[in-house]
Amino acid sequence: MTPGGYAGKWLDVDLTRGRVEEFTFPYETLEQYFGGRGIATKILWDRVGERWDSLDGHAPENPLIFATGPMTGIYPGARICVSGKSPVSNGVVGSTAATETAVELRTAGYDGIVFTGKSEKPVYFLVTDDGGEIRDAGHLWGLDCEDTLIKLNKEVTDELSKRKPNVGLWKEPATMYIGPAGENLVRNAAICTKVCHAAGYGGYGSVMGSKNLKAVAAKGRGSLPEVDAPEACYLLWRKAHEGCMTNTPFRRWGTGYLGYSVGADTSSEPIRNWQEEWHDEKSMGVPNYMDRFWVKSKWADFNCTTNCMKVSCVKAGKWKGDITDMPDYELQAYCGTNLGIFDASDNVHISTLMDKLGHSGINGPNTMGYAAELYQRGILTEEDIGFKLEWGDTEAFDRLAHMMAYREGIGDILAEGTYRAALKIAEMKGLEPEELLRYAVQVKGIEVGAHGTRSDKDYTHDMCYAASVQGGDHTSTVTDGYSDMSEAVFFDSAVFCMFTARGPSQELIFDFAKAITGFPITIESWRRETGPRIVTLQKALLLMGGPDVTWEPVVDDDNPPRFYEPLPSGPYKGQTTDRELVDMRIQAYFETLGWDERGIPTRETLDGLGLSDVDPLMEKFRQ
Amino acid sequence: MVDPIWIARDPSACSGCRRCELACSIHHEGWMWPEASRVRIFMPFPGLEVPHLCSQCMDYPCVESCPVDALSVDPTYGAVIVDREKCNSCGNCIKACPGTVPFMHPGDNKATICDLCGGEPKCVEVCTEAGYNALTIVNEGPNINRKLYSRNPVDTARDLAVKFFGEKGLEVIE
Repeated sequence: MTPGGYAGKWLDVDLTRGRVEEFTFPYETLEQYFGGRGIATKILWDRVGERWDSLDGHAPENPLIFATGPMTGIYPGARICVSGKSPVSNGVVGSTAATETAVELRTAGYDGIVFTGKSEKPVYFLVTDDGGEIRDAGHLWGLDCEDTLIKLNKEVTDELSKRKPNVGLWKEPATMYIGPAGENLVRNAAICTKVCHAAGYGGYGSVMGSKNLKAVAAKGRGSLPEVDAPEACYLLWRKAHEGCMTNTPFRRWGTGYLGYSVGADTSSEPIRNWQEEWHDEKSMGVPNYMDRFWVKSKWADFNCTTNCMKVSCVKAGKWKGDITDMPDYELQAYCGTNLGIFDASDNVHISTLMDKLGHSGINGPNTMGYAAELYQRGILTEEDIGFKLEWGDTEAFDRLAHMMAYREGIGDILAEGTYRAALKIAEMKGLEPEELLRYAVQVKGIEVGAHGTRSDKDYTHDMCYAASVQGGDHTSTVTDGYSDMSEAVFFDSAVFCMFTARGPSQELIFDFAKAITGFPITIESWRRETGPRIVTLQKALLLMGGPDVTWEPVVDDDNPPRFYEPLPSGPYKGQTTDRELVDMRIQAYFETLGWDERGIPTRETLDGLGLSDVDPLMEKFRQ
Repeated sequence: MVDPIWIARDPSACSGCRRCELACSIHHEGWMWPEASRVRIFMPFPGLEVPHLCSQCMDYPCVESCPVDALSVDPTYGAVIVDREKCNSCGNCIKACPGTVPFMHPGDNKATICDLCGGEPKCVEVCTEAGYNALTIVNEGPNINRKLYSRNPVDTARDLAVKFFGEKGLEVIE
């Protein structure tokens, strides 16, 4: 029996053999892992299991998963969750993106897709009501993201119109794709969609590239999956939107107002590779973007009234023709202040460039900022790079982004992501790894999102990255191992947007989950059982890590060294992250989740969560 | 017509949230079914969202084209009403429409056209309450301009592209 909210079927695609099959999950598995991040972690455990530490993220055997959840498309703010063994953290990241692809998959009758193997030639995967098919992508390989989307929209619409010409106008498909960065295995590359959206964390763009898979396109004509209690769902849907519409700052500005205030107010914005976190540059203010670039100030993804997106276009000047969203706060910071760029137009340009090349707009520029600091310190020279890499030099960063995407010159090393690039540069320069890692702002290989911990005035505190199974991912920060289970872990598994959860109450959200699925779920059941089950399994796989890097318990459960340096400027000058507090809170976090003092899940915990089969693999980590 | 209404449309104001599709299909189908919605939002390029729905042309070419008299004009509001029993799925109405608006229902393969929800269109309700006003109700009788809004949505998007993106807009739809 299929529970409410599930289309029921999954697609299993073996790209090596060109084989497409369907499979289903037992009712209990769906109840235990729900969808998205949860079900993806379960798939990874089942398919890879004890071979985890020897599996390279870019090996054909690595399952690449596109997972929706039972609330996707029904609860406001549809997203999809991409996962697999992350070639960045060597663990599991549930990396979500807002895209109609999630909805089209479900209306075509599928909850998700698992890709394994590697196609001999570039291909894309098309999903329709008639199933999934592997199609040639020779003509798309090498194209940037924008051109890929334009071509796919036309090609797939024409194809479907030809196949079924008598049903009226065919709407364009929804698509997810990679750019040159993913194709060339830039380790932290994104899977992109809708020109300016991306599943950025985890490096799944490079996993897609490693499989010769350029894109996924989907078009369904069915309804969204039927639900357990339709009348209740209809009422809750109306209520949820009432809640979303109370989020007026986001409706008006998106996160675009934070580019100024996270620096000026909370002193937690990355500036010049996090050397500072305070600025008072009014050029980064929201009016500078809104008044000059926003051509649509209320732009929404599927079933969303928070409409935090705003379409930006540069109409004049050097970067004429650039199209992106706001940029949102993360990209204002990472494609702006963190590169020493305080000009809105230059910021829009670097953001657009990330979208086009298929870099993750957070992770790619984190590495560029890292390189610029090494240049500032004389560790990387003009000779190493090929030109001067000064802060605020937009042309220079434009050039570097291309070199990374195409793995040219120093770009080949930087394409390994900040952590691995640090190790390689240390080797190249004959320096100790610590001397290079001290400037690398990453946790477990994942470059940290644009919210610092030193001022303690942002939502990101002490151990929020240090303890997270998704490292530097700012959308999955931890608080206490209890309340976060019914937030990020739930949103990524249900799969919907964390911003449409702002406004509606948590009670409403969980009532909605219950009305959709019919599962007896509550906030408590997520905090005490389902959430911990997912995170504990993620933790076990992260501990196993490998093959190139493993993270040492305790030692690597920490912030980047920079987060312990005193803030050099601003109202919180001198303040820094309290190391004792970090240690104390990590211990409390481990305890809450039933992990030992080194963060290894105990046997009792594993047994209690139905993960007894994981226990033997944890033995070697216990002292 | 007793009490004619029209859904005025402004694609540049459409957020692309597609709640109109959900509200329409909940009303007509009992559940969320975007492709069965009588209003469909096309997005040939992100940012260019175009509501596609019947504009009640004054001469109703779709009604004229139906060989089995399955289509008629509702005398109160002026909507095109489909008799699903009579419809033989021939597709003439789709071809007759200057904007190719009617489509075959993905469930029963019968012609599907906006019926103005008996005077209170659900799509307009959700669009208005969200403050987008891409779809608004006007109490206006039939006029010759309505037909101009019965347009291929990709053509509309091409115009929007230039309005939003300037010269670059010429390149974003193949």
